[in-house]
Parts: sequence; structure tokens; C-alpha cells
Amino acid sequence: MNYQWNWSIFLQPTVVGDTTYLGWMFAGLQMTVMLSLSAWVLALLLGAVVGVLRTVPNKLLSGLATAYVELFRNIPLLVQLFIWYFVMPELVPQSLGDAYKQSHPVQQQFLAAMLCLALFTSARVAEQVRSGINSLPKGQKNAGLALGFTLPQVYRHVLLPMAFRLIVPPLTSEFLNIFKNSAVCSTIGLLELAAQGRQLVDYTAQPYESFIAVTVAYVAINVIVMTLMKLLEDKVRVPGYMGGK
Amino acid sequence: MAYEFDWSSIPGALPILWDGMAVSLEITLIAIVVGIVWGTLLAMMRLSSIKPLSLFAAGYVNLFRAVPLVMVLLWFFLIVPRFIADLFGLPPNTDLRLASAMIGFALFESAYYSEIIRAGIQSVPKGQMAACQALGMTYGQAMRLVILPQAFRNMVPLLLTQAIILFQDTSLVYVSALADFFGSAYKVGDRDGRLVEMLLFAGLVYFILCFAASMLVKHLQKKYQPA
Repeated sequence: MNYQWNWSIFLQPTVVGDTTYLGWMFAGLQMTVMLSLSAWVLALLLGAVVGVLRTVPNKLLSGLATAYVELFRNIPLLVQLFIWYFVMPELVPQSLGDAYKQSHPVQQQFLAAMLCLALFTSARVAEQVRSGINSLPKGQKNAGLALGFTLPQVYRHVLLPMAFRLIVPPLTSEFLNIFKNSAVCSTIGLLELAAQGRQLVDYTAQPYESFIAVTVAYVAINVIVMTLMKLLEDKVRVPGYMGGK
Repeated sequence: MAYEFDWSSIPGALPILWDGMAVSLEITLIAIVVGIVWGTLLAMMRLSSIKPLSLFAAGYVNLFRAVPLVMVLLWFFLIVPRFIADLFGLPPNTDLRLASAMIGFALFESAYYSEIIRAGIQSVPKGQMAACQALGMTYGQAMRLVILPQAFRNMVPLLLTQAIILFQDTSLVYVSALADFFGSAYKVGDRDGRLVEMLLFAGLVYFILCFAASMLVKHLQKKYQPA
């Protein structure tokens, strides 16, 4: 093999001259992190609401929540992304669609990517929230009601605080997934980490260095998220449960 | 509503879409078979007492699970074929890219299968292995005749659920220009200027297939639930 390794390529200015190739990679990393974190916040909020609705006695509400989860779980992420990006602007009221199409292309890509990742992940978060609530002994809900709490108060003060502490480990893996899934958004042209990796291959002609650097960046994200979530897990662990203190 | 739907291009596109679906199913099937076979080997290595083997398996599984599938496919589509061509001095016109992307997909999914299988093996009580050894079986015999058959029976629902996820993942071979179901739908929609209808149709097809399959898994799970 006569490949010329050249790691210093990252310190050279790009052909466009705006920054170094390392700068491109950091721009991609920044986009990946921004996209994943904003989508994650939205996914947690939506997922909590939908997960709670799946457990309420009202048949209509729980049915709607089940339909929501099934819809987002049974269509591949890539297809959902293309529907958000290409189809939604045509289906929403025209003024909204036009405003979307006139905005900056990066804004369009980011908005579509974020909504797609958020809703896709929220269905999975909802399943975890539901299983967390269902794993609590029935007595907790009944005790709350017997004390004169309304059902929303029981959820707010009794069920959810416990459920969220129990589902930290599965939520960690969803949190990791959202970073990995964000790589799919390179397909609509969003310049996140994976897309920058491709661009680096094209511009630097140093394919191995480019891809190794991007892969290491993903592994680093993984390690950082796992470490932080482990700290959180230790902090909120419920005494008396499996894995508890 | 401003948009006027025109579904008329779909019937004519069905043969292409059908071919695409055949490719998707083919990739799914290959990846499931490779995933289960290679995943079982990885799981056994991971649980083995031979340190280098268990380290290799742990490294493999953790690496593949830390990297997005899109990146893995790009590695195997863009980089690996170049590496192999360089290594063996193949003529530059040999195109390994599609085969390589397929292999990459299967290797990626194996990491996920191996975790399911490892949990399945660990769910078999320890006494079973001890009993096998007391009867004079070798490790291989015990695994093949006693442990794995029980482990797989416990794992069936999870393996099937993973197969549905895998089927959805196949749409990502889009990045490697393999003409699977989604890639074909996108190409036809783009060609006919009816991307909106085609994408919605593709979404509907995936939904029906995956929803039906997941209902079936749930039904099987209820029916064969171990007492």
C-alpha cells in the first residue's frame, strides 16, 4: 500500500479559504450537537405528554397517543425526514409554506431535521415513560387518589417524579440514538458531522484521515453522553429498586 | 389547501417500486442471516473466558454501536473498496462498492443482534451449563445442544422486533446509491415531478408492512409466552 498519510491536512486552510479543514469539522460537530440537543428537548417534552396520555383511563386520549407512537415507530427515519423536508411545506397553509421556502436554506434544513428527529424520538421516549409509569405499583396511584389528589395531581406529584427516575437508563440510550440518528440529516444537505466528513473526503483527497476523524468525533460524543448520564443515573437512583443503593 | 395531488404516476411506477422492494427485502434477509450467525459468534466470544476473544467482541460491538449507520455505510461505500483495491492491486474498474455497502450493513446489524443474543444466553440458568459439564459434554456441545436452543426460544420476539428495525434501516442504503424501495420511490418521484405523492406512498407502504409485522410479533409473543 502506498498511501500517503497526512494528518496535518486538518491544519491547512480550505480551498475556499474561510477556515482550516479542522474548522469545517468543528462546524459540523457544532451542527450535530445543536440539532441533537434541540431535538432532544422537544422529544422529552412531547414524549412525556404522549407517554402520560397512553396511561390515562380516557379511551379516546390513550387511543390517540397509541396511534401517534405507532405512526412514528413504523416509518423509517429517512422517509420521515424526506416527508418533513419535501412534503410538509406543500401541505401546510400556503402562506406558511411560502414563508418556509423563502427562508435561508440552512434554516429550512435545520427546521425539518429538528422536527423530524424530535417527533421520531418522542415516540420512543413516550414508550419509556409509559413503561416507567406502568412499572410503579398500582397502590401509588390509588393512595394518591385516596388522599384527595385529582388525577393530574397524582401524575404531577406521585407518578411522574418516580417514573422519570426509573427510566434514566433507557432514556440514555435514546439520547445516544438521537446523536447517531442526526447523521441521517446529511441526506437533505444539512452540513452536520457526517456531511462534513464526506466533504472533507472530496476536498482533501485524504479519505482515511477524514473518516477516521469524524468516526472518532462520534465515539467521543458517545463517551461524553454516557459519562454524563451515568452521573445523573447515580444521582437520581431510587433506593430499594434493582440497581438502587 | 394549495397543493393539488396527482397520484396518476404511481400505477406506472409499480414495477420499478416492486423491484426496489425486492432489493430491500433481499438486503433485509441477508443482514438477518449474517446478523444472527455472526452475532451468535460474537456473543459467544464476548462471554468466553479467553480474554483476547472477549475483548475483540466487546470492542467490535461497542464501536459499531457508537457510530451512526450512515457513517458505517459511507465507510463501506467510499473507503473500504478503495482500501481493498489498493491492498490487492485490483484494476481500478472493479466496482466493489455495492457489495461492500451490503457487507457493511450486515456487520453493523450483527453488533445489535449480538447484544440480544448475549442477553438470551445469559437468561439461561447457570445450572444448565454445569449439568452439561457434569454429563461430560464439551463446551461446544453444551452450547449447541442445550444452551443456544433455549436461549433462541427466549429471544424470538426480540429478534423479530430487531428484524423490523433492520428492515426500516435498509432505507439508509440510499446513501450508497443501491436502488432499494425508498431509493426507487425517490428517483421516480423526482423524475415525474411528483415527489410529494411518491414519498407519502413510500411512507404508507413502510407503515403498513412494519405495523402488520409488529402486530404479528405481539400476537406470537402472547401465544408462545413461556409459562
